[in-house]
Amino acid sequence: MSETERTASDKADFKRELAAVVPHLRAFARGLCGRADMADDLVQEALLKAWAAQDRFEPGTSMRAWTFVILRNAYLTDMRRNRFRGEYDETVAERILTQPAGQEEPIHLADLHRALLTLPPERREALLLVGAGGFSYEEAAKICGCAVGTIKSRVGRARAALNLMLADGSVPRRSISDEIAHRAILDELEEVAAGNGVAGRG
Amino acid sequence: MTQTKNGDRVLRAKPRADAEDSGQLPGWTDGLRQLYDQVVDEELPEGLRDLLAQFDKKS
Repeated sequence: MSETERTASDKADFKRELAAVVPHLRAFARGLCGRADMADDLVQEALLKAWAAQDRFEPGTSMRAWTFVILRNAYLTDMRRNRFRGEYDETVAERILTQPAGQEEPIHLADLHRALLTLPPERREALLLVGAGGFSYEEAAKICGCAVGTIKSRVGRARAALNLMLADGSVPRRSISDEIAHRAILDELEEVAAGNGVAGRG
Repeated sequence: MTQTKNGDRVLRAKPRADAEDSGQLPGWTDGLRQLYDQVVDEELPEGLRDLLAQFDKKS
């Protein structure tokens, strides 16, 4: 953690780099919480935290990875506070795969999004980071504060689950407005939160 | 990526040739990237633009 005095140039670089990663923060947040408006609230929260913590950013390191950690921690905190309860995006949540999707059948992006949102949070974020965000397993492990093998396992399980759901059209009707499912999600979050946080909290 | 009659964007679930790990990646892996990239390509909402403008004023 560098406590050296930042030059005006460092500060300008920080602002420029922070602005450049905002679209990526929005994409990651959208994948995590499903709703565009809530995702942008999350991004705003993460940006304010990043701005307040700018002296802790090491120039020359990845701004995207640093801010993803901040956004992820904000998301986990908000989830534990039930902030996202019952706030599924209906336009996505109401979509189900209505017919088996064979190898040559089309898969709608909305169905893929729906399927993604049914995954347990730690698997969803791992798949988002590696499969969508283009992070390496090593970078994703640092962002999530866990071992590389854990990330590989989570990505593998997420891929297998999506393969299954999208191949046979069995996207489960798992909604965070459902009491049991919501409890299960919170339990999973507790597990995720218990084993992370070492990679640069807030 | 193709367009349906009603304009929905759909993906063909054809496995890609450039597979990693287990040999083959299903077609939805492209879709995952596209879901992400769609958001990256969106114009920033006013609230976030305002926040960045506030950061510009502070220095």
